[in-house]
Amino acid sequence: MDNKTKNINLPDARGHFGKFGGKYVIETLMPALESLEKLYNEARDDPKFQQDLKYYLNKYVGRPTPLYFAERLTKHFGGAKVYLKREDLNHTGAHKINNTIGSALLTVRMGKKRVIAETGAGQHGVATATAAALFGLKCDIFMGEEDIKRQSLNVFRMKLLGAQVIPVSAGTRTLKDATSEAIREWITSVETTHYIIGSVVGPHPYPMVVRNFQRIIGDETIEQIMEVEKRSPDMCVACVGGGSNAMGLFYPFIQDEKVKLVGVEAAGFGVETGKHGATLSHGSPGVLHGMMSYLLHDEDGQVQEAHSISAGLDYPGVGCEHSYLKSTGRTQYESITDNEALEGFKLLSNLEGIIPALETAHAIAHVAKVAPKMKKEEIIVVCLSGRGDKDVNQVADRMGINL
Amino acid sequence: MTRIGQCLDKLKVENRKALVALITAGDPDIESTKNIFNVIDDSGADIIELGVPFSDPLADGPVIQASALRALKSGTTLKKIIALIKTIRKNRNLPIILMTSFNPVFVYGENQFIEDVVSAGVDGVIIPDLPPEEAIEFSVKAEKQGLDMIHLLAPTSTDERVQIVAKCARGFIYYISLTGTTGVRTELSADLFDKVSLIKQAANIPVLVGFGISTPETARDAARVSDGVIVGSAIVNLIEKNSDPSQRSKSLSEFVGSIKQAINEIN
Repeated sequence: MDNKTKNINLPDARGHFGKFGGKYVIETLMPALESLEKLYNEARDDPKFQQDLKYYLNKYVGRPTPLYFAERLTKHFGGAKVYLKREDLNHTGAHKINNTIGSALLTVRMGKKRVIAETGAGQHGVATATAAALFGLKCDIFMGEEDIKRQSLNVFRMKLLGAQVIPVSAGTRTLKDATSEAIREWITSVETTHYIIGSVVGPHPYPMVVRNFQRIIGDETIEQIMEVEKRSPDMCVACVGGGSNAMGLFYPFIQDEKVKLVGVEAAGFGVETGKHGATLSHGSPGVLHGMMSYLLHDEDGQVQEAHSISAGLDYPGVGCEHSYLKSTGRTQYESITDNEALEGFKLLSNLEGIIPALETAHAIAHVAKVAPKMKKEEIIVVCLSGRGDKDVNQVADRMGINL
Repeated sequence: MTRIGQCLDKLKVENRKALVALITAGDPDIESTKNIFNVIDDSGADIIELGVPFSDPLADGPVIQASALRALKSGTTLKKIIALIKTIRKNRNLPIILMTSFNPVFVYGENQFIEDVVSAGVDGVIIPDLPPEEAIEFSVKAEKQGLDMIHLLAPTSTDERVQIVAKCARGFIYYISLTGTTGVRTELSADLFDKVSLIKQAANIPVLVGFGISTPETARDAARVSDGVIVGSAIVNLIEKNSDPSQRSKSLSEFVGSIKQAINEIN
């Protein structure tokens, strides 16, 4: 098998991406993971399931999302042409719903009546609560107390959608602890409940399932860019917390080796301060939340606190397929500080009339660094993973404005 | 045969059930753990399980989670725990098991970990987030060094998985009595007897029951259908509640003694 095919035919039968991935969970969950894998594989090959998924993605979510040429932004940078893949235009305002619609359909197929999920920025919580309302499922969302404070708008949205938001007061009270608590709840209620993980993380088959539900981002992008530019882009850029929007955009491009794939992590206060979420750039392999992947941890293997202005990137782990792709050199990872992300946030708002999520603003800020140095005929596609309404209060606060 | 096998064989011959006591190493600090260990040993525990504190223990309920945090705050590391066991081993001969999440072991280095814990006098390891599928290499290395890799089974385990675990289990099989995390519960699940019987048919090593065993009554009921019980959160609770060392020793000794008496009364 050549390198190209090797990269795309993963995970292997045991759920590994090279040495990454796997199923590092307590026995109680192993049978549920095995049956999820079996059920998912059947659903994937079932035309009826695919038809249902397509129906809801088109008629309910609003897909396909546009690939928009950001003319003013391009002119401002004076270099590469910048296209925005408008995942912010999805129903609920982010890419997360691509996965939650698919996962809710799987839940219905399993015959389970309740879903749980973790959330950081609240986008995955809202997307899960939405899908749960759509399919009549009971829904409990685990969210760190710190994030509840930062994302009050999304908390209220989840409640309006009929979900219960369960505050997590353990540890750093952010996404890491919300995920741990959701896994503990799943250990307790696995027989009646499906856990909808919000990113390409967790034990096998989750990283594969979520990637496959998100790859529609990249699949549509290929079609759309071929239509306008008659060729592949030179670079794809996406922010990486757990890394699902990035994996969704990158995956269909993996074999097209001319396309540079760049993930942008949170440098927080600056990687030199130790207060950041740049797991792939500054972490090392370890095991957390059911998978082997890059991890921010100390020399005794204790998981460290991540920091980012954006709740969605405030996570010390990262998707295992990203770790694998990094190890093969197929992808590269850069990081952007809180302050740089704020500049990206303002820039896109001013020049294009699009207020991006703070997570997405990291990708924009990175493009602001590289696009000016690229040639005018070169093309960058940025995954505009989410809209920024949820972040407006926090940004105003940072700017010293009292709303 | 390791000390674990010898201990469980001896109990079987004597027609008695095993009491495994779990404490979190380093809670409230490493020096106290040594005293607590001795008190529990003297009160009748057959095997002592030392928990290695981890920042994100996924299988643990609030009691053990909090104890792990206290242990980490007091500066406990895997290295310090191994050094402590070395000291304890000088005058204690009961089997010692380390219970740890996989990441501290992975970061320590699997080979180095096995070598160091065995030379310190550890007899077995329980790594809840390292199921048989991920433990293949680790198990081979551990067995070569005479370290028992103890595997878990749960109420959710299928017959197929019971067979997989029965094949690779060493020391004993740790049966998780309930679908949930560790913690204090007042009742045992109704299908405990059936499930343990099924496992005992598949495996020819002892089956011990843990998770939620917190009173003499639940211990007696669980031991009646198995080869013994593992008690954790209830003991850790007492350690948390009694900051005065002599009071702590007294209540631990009473509690462990009461569990021991309850499971001894079965036959």
